[in-house]
Amino acid sequence: MSDTILKVKDLKIQFKTGKKTVQPIRGVDFSIKKGETLGVVGESGSGKSVTSLAVMGLLPEKTSEIISGEIVFDGKDLTNLKEKHFRKLRGNDISMIFQEPMTSLNPVFTIGEQLSEPLKQHKKMSKKEIETAIIAVLTQVGIPRAEQIIHEYPHQLSGGMRQRVMISLALLGQPKLMIADEPTTALDVTIQAQILKLMKDIKKQHDMSLLLITHDLGVVAEMCDRVVVMYAGEIVEVAEVKELFDNPLHPYTRGLIESLPSKNTRKNRLYSIKGQVPKPNEITKGCIFANRCPFAFSKCFEETPPVQHTGNHMSKCWLQDSNKDEVS
Amino acid sequence: MSSSLPQNEQALENRVKPKRKSAIATFFSNLSRSWTGLIGFIIIMTLIVISLIGQWITPFDPYFAEFSKKLLPPMTEGHLLGTDQLGRDIFSRIILGARVSVIIGLATALIAGLIGTIIGIIAGFFRGWIDIILMRIVDVTLSFPFILLVLVINAIIGAGLRNIIISLAVGGWVIFARVIRSEVLALREKEFITACIATGVSRFEILIKHIVPNLFTPIIILASLQIGTYIIAEASISFLGFGVAPPTPAWGNMLNEGKDYIFSSWWLITFPGLAIVITALGVNLFGDWLRDTLDPELKGE
Repeated sequence: MSDTILKVKDLKIQFKTGKKTVQPIRGVDFSIKKGETLGVVGESGSGKSVTSLAVMGLLPEKTSEIISGEIVFDGKDLTNLKEKHFRKLRGNDISMIFQEPMTSLNPVFTIGEQLSEPLKQHKKMSKKEIETAIIAVLTQVGIPRAEQIIHEYPHQLSGGMRQRVMISLALLGQPKLMIADEPTTALDVTIQAQILKLMKDIKKQHDMSLLLITHDLGVVAEMCDRVVVMYAGEIVEVAEVKELFDNPLHPYTRGLIESLPSKNTRKNRLYSIKGQVPKPNEITKGCIFANRCPFAFSKCFEETPPVQHTGNHMSKCWLQDSNKDEVS
Repeated sequence: MSSSLPQNEQALENRVKPKRKSAIATFFSNLSRSWTGLIGFIIIMTLIVISLIGQWITPFDPYFAEFSKKLLPPMTEGHLLGTDQLGRDIFSRIILGARVSVIIGLATALIAGLIGTIIGIIAGFFRGWIDIILMRIVDVTLSFPFILLVLVINAIIGAGLRNIIISLAVGGWVIFARVIRSEVLALREKEFITACIATGVSRFEILIKHIVPNLFTPIIILASLQIGTYIIAEASISFLGFGVAPPTPAWGNMLNEGKDYIFSSWWLITFPGLAIVITALGVNLFGDWLRDTLDPELKGE
């Protein structure tokens, strides 16, 4: 148990919009071990980002509420943590990389000024020490001429460079857990590969855990040890990365893998999962995926499927029940 | 390769260095590229200089009335722009009147800008009931025509330079509050603010250190554009007989006094009118240029 850095248990989050309430996260369970990379995949609207924001305590206070469950980080429950104490964790023990490197940096400050922020917040260091630390970490993320970069403004850097700056910002506090919310989505493919390799190397060097949120299964295959597949606010499958690609159990995971374009074969038409992720207020009884599932049968529309464990492989589908063989 | 590297670094040094020229040098090199901005800047600087040294450069005593020389047309007996109904030199009076316009424009922009910005920040950052209350006050204030509101306040608190500034500021802060509030609303949702919270910065520090510096550009632009409005508003209320008391030359009350002679002696109101137009034009040209220059999207291009 002690090697688990983050444990999210039966997390339920509720959003208030006017008088209506919706529940975008309904009972999410997962854990990350020390030094592990956990991938969270799913379509847009499946609740990946909301989960990560909840871990960071960044959900809007007035409109959202964690109605049940706990988020245990390093032995501490974060769900009831006071803002003041949370601030000590952020940027220090947990840090986050965002999707849009173009807008994640304040346009009116130089790179150096922004990077000194977490150090000023959490560490007592002199100006000189801060500068040395910043240059060191910038060099580490592969930024050339770091001594000059710290005097430049964000708009003078390219997207890939800015994402490197964001990574170094997340690294400065030497966190135990780094959350990356689609860190490569806004970058072009060659830069993506560089950034992913960089994150992999850095994770190894610092012995951090990484929570990688993405909708790109290619990124998952490249980076992750274990994968959580989320759909409409629930976890539908959890498995080791190799196991997941070799033997996907949930029809949704299969659909996602099917939808990947392959570089060797040229199919006439790329596979796609029909329909859309149901909005949180459209959830009905039965399996949440039933209305899009090609294998759905009557039971799927009636009852919520139970959690099935096969070794370390968890899935939530009636097909994994006793009558699996006759259907697929 | 190894020999070219130091050269490269030298080249980089050279490339980076000119970027770090002083703010003033950047300002002027930017200004010289836009003739409208340059004209605006020249007009404003001229105006400020005139208002500072005006009383020493007037060719005649602007208060001295000589009835034998009343209503002289321009370019007669040394009176460049002629004389008014009391025989006072119009050119001298315009020069001295610049001071009133400049003081009112700058002081009002400063006071209205300060109040409006603070209220806008409070409303935009804290939201909730305080935002609702402040913005309803703004709505009510904005629902009155600006000049009418200023006149009413001025009528209540009385005439005089200081009271004009107060009434203009009371009518004028709402524009700042509105604009700054919307800027703050947009800024607080920006990803870099979230990123900032994620590095453990407190809310108050985010407001002071990350949101406020991003407001400087809109404040400067808005203030520079509003100065023109205030100068015209002061001229309007002086024209209507409120405002600056008559012996003191102000462009507005020069218009007011000259309006009876519009068909016989056109120069009485034409030149003060031109002074107002040129000033407003200069301020607006400069404000437009500032907006284009300070826009962060266009910066560095």
